[in-house]
Amino acid sequence: MLPCTGRIEEALILQAFEGGADGVMVVGCLEGDCHYISGNLRARARVERVAHILESIGIGNERVRMYNLSAGEGAKFAAYANEFSDHIEQLGPSLINLARSKARKPESVLEEA
Amino acid sequence: MITGTPKPIDDVLEMLEPYNKVVVAGCFGCVTVCRVGGEKEVQVLASTLRLAREAKGNIIEIKEVCLERQCDPEYLEQLRPYVEDYQAVLSIACGAGIQFVAEKFTKTPVMPGINTGFLGVTERQGEWAERCQGCGDCVLHLTGGICPVSRCAKSLFHGPCGGSAKGICEVSPEVACGWQLIIDRLKSLNQMDRYGKLIPYKGWNTSRDGGPRRITREDMTQ
Repeated sequence: MLPCTGRIEEALILQAFEGGADGVMVVGCLEGDCHYISGNLRARARVERVAHILESIGIGNERVRMYNLSAGEGAKFAAYANEFSDHIEQLGPSLINLARSKARKPESVLEEA
Repeated sequence: MITGTPKPIDDVLEMLEPYNKVVVAGCFGCVTVCRVGGEKEVQVLASTLRLAREAKGNIIEIKEVCLERQCDPEYLEQLRPYVEDYQAVLSIACGAGIQFVAEKFTKTPVMPGINTGFLGVTERQGEWAERCQGCGDCVLHLTGGICPVSRCAKSLFHGPCGGSAKGICEVSPEVACGWQLIIDRLKSLNQMDRYGKLIPYKGWNTSRDGGPRRITREDMTQ
């Protein structure tokens, strides 16, 4: 459990991609409104660093995004979640998931046979 | 501290191309402080390498380790159980640590994950600057605590050269003239009598000119 987006490490986001995520959205409090002063700003910097890493290895920097909203903005959260989900669906599976499904294919062919 | 910068990921991937089972070894010393080779950087680099390799269908198994220091034999021993089971070590310690790993584990290829920089300080978060070149003959007591060897681009000993203008060194607008800094500091300390005093020639044999250096403390080696 994360008490604040400021607790998010770059490695944690990368592990989500290792775990099979096609995209990761980080949702923090509104900028300037962090209970821990600068947690969400630190999170944004880390998200940007992860985006840079993902771009450098061909997975693409568009697969991770940071959003900001207040805890009372449920409708906005849903809108952001839908927006990001649509965005990732448009991008399609990440290179990791493509490689995994490619690696799994021979087995399924065998099973069918 | 000893500073460094990460090697470009493509260079690291190229180094590791022949291997599919490697140790990524960090260090809790200087490189942790300058955010290039500590535990968090081990995790990020290991994840990045696994993702990059799997994306190409060439899976790599990585053991993530972070030692207290890679420049001390006692701590290096903690690597032994892993080194024997893995094909290579990618160290993100400074150049000294990387070499010590290579010296200790002669049958395992050891590769650098960072480019080691200089002896420096954290001027502010995320910004480090050189302060010492380890010349082996410190003169800071004569120069207001500002080093002419590391702060002057030419390592001059008797004042600024003609390339100093308005406190800036000619090598870059972002580099302060080391001698201007020294003079300003001596003035503020009321020690300007030290400026212009002839300093005997510096024996650079205590620096790199004397070849690889060694310190032996007889009182500690017995």
